[in-house]
Parts: sequence; C-alpha cells; structure tokens
Amino acid sequence: MNLLDEALFERYQLATRRHFLKACATGLGSMAMGSLLGATDSKIPHFIPKAKRVIFLHMAGAPSQLELFDYKPLLKQLNGKDCPPSLLEGKRFAFISGVPQMLGPQANFAQHGQSGAWISDLLPNFSKMADEVCFLKAMHTDEFNHAPAQLLFYSGSPRLGRPSMGSWVTYGLGSMNENLPSFVVLVSGGKTPSAGKSVWGSGFLPSIYQGVQCRSKGEPVLFAANPNGMSVSERKRTIEAINQINEKKYQSFKDPETLTRIGQYEMAFKMQMSVPEAMDIQQEPEYIHEMYGTEPGRASFANNCLLARRLAERDVRFIQLFHWGWDSHGASSGESLDNGFIQRCKEVDRPMSALLKDLKQRGLLDDTIVVWGGEFGRTPMLENRNGVANPFVGRDHQTDAFTIWMAGGGIKGGISYGETDEIGYSGVKDRVHVHDMQATILHNLGLNHEALTYQFQGRDFRLTDTAGKVVKEILV
Amino acid sequence: MGRIFAGLSLLLWALFSCNSSGDRISFNTDVRPILNKNCLPCHGGVKANGGFSLLFESDAFAINNSGKPAIIRGNARKSELYQRIIHQNPELRMPLDANPLSKEEIAVLKKWIDQGAQWEEHWAYQKPIMPSNLPVEQHPIDYFVERKLKEQGLTPSAKAGLETLLRRLSLDLIGLPPKKEWLEQMSSDLTYETLVDSLLASPSFGEKWASMWLDLARYSDTKGYEKDPHRNIWRYRDWVVNAFNRDMPLDSFTIRQLAGDMLESPTADDLIATAFHRNTMTNTEGGTDDEEFRVAAVVDRLNTTYEVWQGTTMSCVQCHSHPYDPIRHEDFYASYSYFNQTVDADLDLEVPVLEIYPPEVNVEMEELMEDISLLTTAELPVFSNDPYRLKQFIFPLLMPYDATDFENVSFYRDGSVTNWIYNLQSMTGKRFRFSFSEIPLAGLKGIKIKYESKGGDAAIEIRGQGADGEVLNYSLFEAPVNGRGVHEVAFSKSELSGKGLFFEIINTTGNIPEGMVIIGGMELEYDSPSFFAEGVREKKNRLIDIRRQKGDRTPVMRTKSKDYERVNRLFVRGNWLALGDTIAPGVPMAINQQKEHPTNRLEFAQWLVDSDNPLTSRVLVNRFWQEIFGRGLVVTSEDFGTMGEKPSHPDLLDYLAVQFSNTYQWSVKKLLKHIVMSKTYQQASKIEGSDQVDPDNQWLSRGPRLRLSAEQIRDQILAVSGLLYDTLGGPSVMPYQPEGIWQSVYNGAQWTLSEGRNAYRRALYTYHKRTSPYPNMINFDAPSREFCVSRRITTNTPLQALALLNDPAFYEAAAYFGKTMAQQGKGDLEAALRYGYREALFQDPDEEEIQILMDLCQNAEAEHPLTLAANVLFNLDGFLTKE
Repeated sequence: MNLLDEALFERYQLATRRHFLKACATGLGSMAMGSLLGATDSKIPHFIPKAKRVIFLHMAGAPSQLELFDYKPLLKQLNGKDCPPSLLEGKRFAFISGVPQMLGPQANFAQHGQSGAWISDLLPNFSKMADEVCFLKAMHTDEFNHAPAQLLFYSGSPRLGRPSMGSWVTYGLGSMNENLPSFVVLVSGGKTPSAGKSVWGSGFLPSIYQGVQCRSKGEPVLFAANPNGMSVSERKRTIEAINQINEKKYQSFKDPETLTRIGQYEMAFKMQMSVPEAMDIQQEPEYIHEMYGTEPGRASFANNCLLARRLAERDVRFIQLFHWGWDSHGASSGESLDNGFIQRCKEVDRPMSALLKDLKQRGLLDDTIVVWGGEFGRTPMLENRNGVANPFVGRDHQTDAFTIWMAGGGIKGGISYGETDEIGYSGVKDRVHVHDMQATILHNLGLNHEALTYQFQGRDFRLTDTAGKVVKEILV
Repeated sequence: MGRIFAGLSLLLWALFSCNSSGDRISFNTDVRPILNKNCLPCHGGVKANGGFSLLFESDAFAINNSGKPAIIRGNARKSELYQRIIHQNPELRMPLDANPLSKEEIAVLKKWIDQGAQWEEHWAYQKPIMPSNLPVEQHPIDYFVERKLKEQGLTPSAKAGLETLLRRLSLDLIGLPPKKEWLEQMSSDLTYETLVDSLLASPSFGEKWASMWLDLARYSDTKGYEKDPHRNIWRYRDWVVNAFNRDMPLDSFTIRQLAGDMLESPTADDLIATAFHRNTMTNTEGGTDDEEFRVAAVVDRLNTTYEVWQGTTMSCVQCHSHPYDPIRHEDFYASYSYFNQTVDADLDLEVPVLEIYPPEVNVEMEELMEDISLLTTAELPVFSNDPYRLKQFIFPLLMPYDATDFENVSFYRDGSVTNWIYNLQSMTGKRFRFSFSEIPLAGLKGIKIKYESKGGDAAIEIRGQGADGEVLNYSLFEAPVNGRGVHEVAFSKSELSGKGLFFEIINTTGNIPEGMVIIGGMELEYDSPSFFAEGVREKKNRLIDIRRQKGDRTPVMRTKSKDYERVNRLFVRGNWLALGDTIAPGVPMAINQQKEHPTNRLEFAQWLVDSDNPLTSRVLVNRFWQEIFGRGLVVTSEDFGTMGEKPSHPDLLDYLAVQFSNTYQWSVKKLLKHIVMSKTYQQASKIEGSDQVDPDNQWLSRGPRLRLSAEQIRDQILAVSGLLYDTLGGPSVMPYQPEGIWQSVYNGAQWTLSEGRNAYRRALYTYHKRTSPYPNMINFDAPSREFCVSRRITTNTPLQALALLNDPAFYEAAAYFGKTMAQQGKGDLEAALRYGYREALFQDPDEEEIQILMDLCQNAEAEHPLTLAANVLFNLDGFLTKE
C-alpha cells in the first residue's frame, strides 16, 4: 500500500471502531475512540505523500551560515575593511550601528562527498553526510529579531497566536499511533527558544494539536508519573474504578463525551507506560550511544537526537528539537564565534550526523523529512554594538541570506540549491522564503499548503499566510 | 481495498466541489464578496462615484448620476452595472484602472441580476426590536425555545433533579460547588429564586464572571514577546471582579474600560479600568523598534474592541476591504484613529502608569501633602488625571516621567528621560520631545536640570505654552565632570504668562554616544521661591523617595495632547511602514447607518453602547448565554458578520438584547437571573432520543451538560477538599507548578510557590505568563491570552486525564479530602465513601458505585486508601461535568 492508501485504510478502520464503540458502549479494554493523542481523527492527505513524519532540528539563536556552509573566499580578503555604505543603506539591524568592518570566515572550508559540498571543519562528522542532504543556501525571512523570526519560521506569522507547523501537520494528517502524542518537542541548551512555547503552540486550533514537550530530565511528560509510591497495578485499578463509574454515567446520560473520556483514561494509562519506554535511551546498545555521543540522564542535544529516532520509529508524526545558544553576537564569550559557537558545533555535529545515519540504516529516512536550521542568518560584518567593537568576535542578525539543510522524505540528497552574493549578504539565485520551506514540507507530507486552512476571526488562516511556493527543484 | 476507497472518495470530492450551476445565486455568499472586493472602494458609503453606491439596497437600485438605476432587476443586459463590467473600452470598463472581473465573477453577477437581483440585508446590522405578542403566562425564553422545538419535532426535557439543578446553578453563577445546607433549606424556607438572589449577591459571583471577561481582555501578568517580563496589572483584574459584583451596568462598564481616562475628573478606579487596553503586549527585546510594536498594540486594541462589542472581524480589513462584510479598508484606519492618539508607546517602563500605594503609605503621603500645603504660600498648579495630586506637591520639582506627553524619548524607573534609544537606526528624522502642559509660567526665571552625558553634543530647547510656542531657552549641555552635572538655564525674558513647558532634546552633531543625554529631576525657579519654605524641601524629597520605593504602577490610558497628536494614516496593504492617505475618525457605515461619526475615543465608547447600535447588546447577551449553555444563540460569538453563523433563535436573541439594554438597563445580574429562572435552563441534561436530531443541543430540548472550565476544575477540587483559601483580590499568586516549566531567555523570573494559604486561591488568581501559561490552565483549554478569545474550544484529551490523576497539587487535595472522609466515616469505610461521594458530586452513590469504591479501597496497597478513593472521585465524569 502507498501512504495514501494507508491513510484511507486507517480512517476506515477507525470509523468502524467508532461505530462499534458507539453501538456496544463497552468501552473498557477496547481501543479508545474519538480524540486520539493530538488528533480527533485520522485524516486523508490532499495527495500522495512522500513522507509521513518530520524531524526538525532548530538551532535557536540563528547559527552563522558563513562559518558552516556558505563559503565566501572574497570575504576573507575583505576581512577588517570598512563596510561600504551601499551595503548599509536602507538596512535594519538589531545592533550594528555606524560603519562596521567586514569579517572573514572564522573556519576553514573544504569540499565533501561526491556532490562536493562546501562544509567547514567545525562539522567533521557531518561532512561525511554531505551526499544525503540538500542545502538551501539562499533562504530569507522578514524578521530580524529572534522571537518574531522563530514565530514566522514555525507559525507563518511573526506575531504570537497562530498554530505552529507541527500543529498544522497533525491537524491535517492526524495521528499515526495510539499511545504516544503525535507532536513531540524536545529542548536542550538550558533554555526554551526566544518565542517561548508558542513555537509549538496550537494557536487557534483546538489544544489537542499543540506540541507535547517531553523532557529528557525529570518526568518525560508532565504528570505522567504516578504520585509518590503508587504502583502501576494500583494506578490501573483506580483507572478501572473511574471508568466503571463513568460507564454507568454514560448509560444514564448517553453523553458521547463520557465515552470519549473513558477512552482517554485508557489512553492516559497506556501513555504512562509507553512514554517512559520511548524516552528511555538506556535501552540502546553501547554502539548507538557511541555513535550519537549520548549520556543518559542529561538534557543534551545528543540525547534528544537519539530520542527523535526512537520517537520516529514509534510513528510520532512531528518531532521538534530546539537547541539554544547560537546567538553569536560577540557580546560575551558564550555568544561568540571564537568560543560559544565552536562549542555549539561540537554539541550538534556528532548527534545530527548519527541521526541521519541511523534513520537511514533503519529505512526510516525514506519517509522522514529531517530539517536543520536557525530562524535567520548572520551578517558578513563584524558586529559593533552601539558603534563600538564587541569584546568577542561575532556577527549580527541578518534576514536576507541564510542556509538550512533538508534530508530524506522525498528531498533530493547531495544537492545545493540557491546562491548568495560573493560575501553571503543576499541571495542572488533561487531564493527560498520561510513560507516556501513550509509549503515544501507540507507538500511532501501530502498536504496542499493553500488548502490546509482553518477559520478564525472570520478569516481562513493557513500556515503559509498568503504566500508560499513549493520548491519543486529539490524534490525527488 | 484501500484503492476502492480512494476512488470512492475522489468521486465524492468531485461531487461536493462541483459548482451548483443550476441553483439560485445567493447574494450574501456569492455576490457580496465580488462587490466588496471590486466595487466598494469607489461605490460604497461616503465614496459614491457617479452617485452610485453598493453598500445598501436603497442606494444600489436608486437612480444615479446617469439618470437611471444601474441594476434592472431580472435583466442583466439592460443593467448598466453588467454592461460596464463587460465593456470593451478600458476607459469605461469597471473596475476602472484595475483588472477586469473574471469570467466566473461576471457570470455570477449576470445570473444574480437575471434571477431578480434579490438583495439580502445582513440581519445583524438591523436594530433588534422587541418581539410583540409575548405571552403573559409563560417565561419568554421558554416561549421562544418551545416554539422552535415544535418546529423541529422535539419536546422539552423534564425538570432536572433538585441536587443536579443546585449544583448547575452554583457552578454557573459563582463557579463553585453548591453547599449542602441549601438542600435542607430548600425543603423549608429557601426557594429557588431566593437562592438565585443570594448567589448573585455573593462576592464569588464577580470572580466567576471575571474569568469570562479576562479572556476577552487578554489579561496577563506578563508583557509578552521574547523576554515576557512581569507586568503589574492585577488591579485591572480586581476592577473587573468588583464591577461584576457591584453589577455595574455594562454600558458604563464599557465606557470606563475604553475611555475612563476621558471622563470628567476620573477616579483612580476609572483609570484602572482603562488598563483593559493596556493588556496588549509590550516588546522589551533589545533592538526592536518601539513604533512597530506600538502599532501592533493599537491594531490589537481595535480588533479586540470590534470583536468584544461588535462581533465583527476587523483583522482582515487591516490589509484590504472586508471580503464578506460591507467594511472598507479605509474603515479600519478610521476606527484606528480612536486608539492611535494615546500616550503609551511600547516603552519598557509602560508609561503612562497610575501609581497606587499601600494604605499605610498613603496616610504618610497625605500627611506630607497636608504639611506642604500649609507651609507653601504660593499657589500650586492643578494637574488633571492625577487622583493622588502627587505632582502638585513635589512641584516645582519636575520628574520627567510625569510628562503629560512625549515623543520618541524613553524613561527610566527613577523618573529620568533620555534620547538614548536602543534601535539607533531609526533615530534619523525623529524629534525627541516631552512636555508638561499644566505648568504655570508666570514668574518663572529658570530651570536647574540634573543630567548625565558623555560629551558636549546634546542641547535642550525649551518652549512655553505650546510645542510651537516661544523659545524660552536653547542651550548646550556641557561635558560634565564624572559624567553627571547640573545644567542651569536662565530665561532672559522677564514677563512670562500662560502655562505649559515643552522640552526638546537635540543631538547637534548626530554623534553617538556624545549626543545622548539622560535628564533627571528638573527644578523650576520662580521669582518668589515660596515653594521652599523651611522644611518643605525635605518633605518633598521624602515624597519622591516614597514614589520610587513604594509605588505600585498600573499601566493606564491617556490621550495625547494636541501638540504631539499623531497623523492618522492608512497603511498600504496593512504594512505600517507604507503610509497612505490621512484618514479621519469614523466607524463603518454598515453599522452606523444614519448617524454622525464619533470624533474621539470617549465618543466611540458611547457610540458602542448607544441604543442605535444594532450589535452591542446582541453580542454581549450572546456571550452570557454561551457561558451558561455552552454555545451562543449565535454560535460564532466572535463573528456576527455574514460569514458567522445565523442565530438559532433570532427572536429570542432580539428579545434578550432589548430586554438587557432597555428594561434591565444593562444589568448583568438581572439578565442572568432571567435566564436561570426559565424552564429551559432548568431542564434535565440526559440525552434521550434527541441525540440524532440535535447532538449539539442547538434547540435546547435538554439542559446543558458541559465539561467544567479550567478555572472551575481547580476551584471545585480546592473547595470540595477544603483547601480553598477563598479571599478576594490582590496580586496574582503562584500555586504548585512542577519544576522547570519557566525557562525564559534573558529573564531571571522564577516561579516561587506562594506562601501559606495563598497557594490555594481560586484559579483566577494564578499568575499568568503568556509564553509559559500555568500547565493546567492550557491543558483544560484556557487560552494563552496573547489575543482576545471569544470562545474556548473544549477538548477531551489523555493529557487532561494524566493531570487529574497525577498532578501533585490535585493529589495533595485528594489526600487532604481523604483525611476528612476518614474523620467523617468514624472508622466505617462505607460511611466515609458515602460522605466523600456526596461532597464531591452533590448526590448519593448507588450501591454499585459504592461497591466499586469499596473494592478499590479494600484491595489498595496505599497507606491511605481513602486518598485513592478521593483521587477517583476527582476524576469522575460527573465531577468534571456540569450536568
């Protein structure tokens, strides 16, 4: 069966189950009906999908493309020279003022793989994966501050209040499993992204579509652990007692919500089992830990990458990772290209490469889209906050050019799409807007971004707002 | 098999998407969108080119400048409208200077005219009229409902049992579970009606109904955006609670929130009411443009106001004319002007604010002020909009953040002002000004200005009486020793008169940071220095200290002075950087059919609650109905426009609207009493036979059966367990929340468990952080309060089950309640369970239920089996549901 047939089949099964439940009303022990985790129903995509799940690796704070993928020899030559006024006219920056100096690449570049992709020596492991991924080098966005840019990236609008991409996807496609949430979020780096939990919020969509933050430290899902000292069997018996009394309630009131509630308590019990199981990376063999660089019990990006694979295996639809700390302005050592940035690269290089390799060896990469990127790019100029050079080397925010990469799930590997000018300041060929990226991801999941709408405040809203174009050139 | 289904669904798809070409054209769904998009810009309302307008039926079919009507009913070919849209000559073809209509659009218009050009007025823009011939013997609500039931072939349900009804009533009116005494009293002296009256008089009433309003007001304890820092605005929440408790009529409730500051001599309460629109978000992220986010706040104020009071969706009109409702792009900016002239400007300090002091501090301040007035012989100026008259008594010291108005400058917490703006790029072309419009000038000789600066490139220009008044002084700040200095300004002119001091900071070279300056306290020097009699200066300094340390500042509204009024311009395609024509204040013609337009915010608020406004009373009545019955008479309570749902009971809606605004004079308590006294409200909620015909209970053949709100769930658990600390008002509290929920960037704010009983307050008082709301509020569908939300969508999820089962806060309540059950049971397990069941569900368990609970407890591993039983009770459908 292809994926469309599968979706139809699931829907058919579910409808039958629902009918059965309604007619028999024996609820207990049978499958939960109605609202599955993150979806009221399994749904039919608009057309045949190439992928059924997404893993998004977001580098919160926006990593510099000029130190990683967008190699600019000319910028090396211009290093230390005053920025020509023509580059500053009409531009809005977050911090640069007056006349900044140009800043050459702060890493060494070489070409990798058969595709000959330029990748810097800050990502030695990832360099070996060059032929798996598609680089989008002329990405651009409208927002030059973190929170609005992240919101635009994930909700299609710079303002709070819209549903995030994962919510749209689960709203459009429904859930693929019955004991895990369909939209899971994992955060590392010690802080949530600037835009807060709205980047996985459901906005005006019903709250069942919001991302569920699973924590790699403490309880994996809020309130999944039983109160102190309560055993699994005790919890099971309390849920049975609740459901038995609720069933009597249903017999008396015939309210379908009561029946749904019975199902949800069943589901909650299953989640109490399956979420800790899915989140327990200790079960992984040593060579896998070696491959990812994981240390169980820590809240690290490596652990989250491994968790992402475990969740993908269990058919979680949308897996969203955030790793904080990429805002390399040079205002402090931790946020500088000469220190913090190098550290961040070390933190992500091995695990993200391992994730690609691992998904591939398990046959999961074919129908999983993996995306890596930040909310915008960095300037080719050295940041000089308030007109004075910063204490460490750094670059300011820039909206006109940045690089992301995508892999798997119907995306061509080993290609580079889009070009920037000689200093990496603006895209000059095959520019891709954030809305285009969103349209492309939806497309590969079998969703038409113009048709996936929801009415709110009298208007049909969609992820891509009023724009977005599928980037056909990068599709298999 | 999958393939067969795919084929079938494609076929169905095709069937449904097929244009119903043989059918009648509908004016509202087919024709109006075409007219709104293409014709209204030139032929709608004020702009009626060629004497032809398509806003109202009378205009559309009237004789225009051509001497005949443009639409001939039943004959498209003879209709000028049709001829002009298909005209070959681009100079005559409509729409002029734009792309021609598509073939499909032309076909729709042609067919509509040929079919007789039936115009449909939108029901919601016609004033509600009291239906005639109301029966005397029947409750009018029941009369309207039963009439509809008959049409649907349905019959009303029997009256709900007394216990069910009392629980429903209590949860609906005060948001808390009922008391068992009521049952006993009901059998003797208490009637249902007296119980209703006493619930309406309970202080818990205001807390319940404030919850509804705070979603609309997007109330939050933080400012939003990236840093999302704390905002001190709880006094507004308390104002709402008190307003409901005092049964403030909703017209006055409306005017105070939208324009309390513009009332004649507003009280502190009136100013706090205006914090309604200070609940918009403020962006404190470094590097952001304050004007961009001020604009975002004003847009939100406009959208929110129209949604809350008019059930009208203005957000589409920000970028283009409304696709479905007769509201033009310009109308957005005409209404925008009402909100565009307030002083607030997305500043971190959130000025203007109202300072309020603890009662004991107030006493000290009153004494100080009394002393000062006794010692000071000179006449003090009178400052308006200041309920505490503070500025008067520190006069002639001026603290910059007391400025009546300002432009582009920013303020610090110590009261100083600066032209040092974070986003340096946007400084060019801007003027950095602030003014004190009430300062008397007669006898003024000079000013001593405390300042900080790095270089000598900043100057100050001081004018009297107006922003364009006479220049009293222009002088450069000298580079001070150690960065701080006192700049002494002497006025050369001896005879000044009138009032008002206007300051402008000028960066003479454009150099940064040399041209930046921070200006602190400014002391005015008058020729008779009697403001500083012996001991006065000390007392004034003490007042200033108290302000710095003890003041609690609530952001409020203030209208800009004439001098700094903003030019109100249209944003081309909604982009705040693309400024279009200047637009005068006004309201959409469609709603305001024959009247003059309000000219300012106060008049606008009055217009909303004017008896001629067709929408307000309907929209508000519908909100209260929705809260009780789970769905409004108009389901889309946020949208009464053509795309919204039509009312299920139009006569009932109009009856209630007129009854509410007219007979009841906007009294919420009278309206609610009227609703709960009806038989319709008191029906049993069992679904018997009607589920197929009316699954959503649209026709009200049974009582409402709804899952409780996030607030009600918490409040009920606390109340039943006995943990609830039921006290009114005060700053927001932090009950138990799992660790690691708050992780904001660049913000050290921490969730610190409130001490003692404050951890057990009603949910209304739980601290709300926009980027990280309290988990169990969102889990049970409360919105994050970034924007106005008219309806919460109720969900039923496993995450809710997990929270109710395992949240330590809920489990603690179960343990506490378990103890009480044990005490009440006096060693008898069954008695303890019967007691617990009765307390939690307000009814007795049946034998089977008792058996289930007995079994659970007898087989429990837990040390306290009754905790387990309480945990079960708090998770029962009957507990979580209003029946």
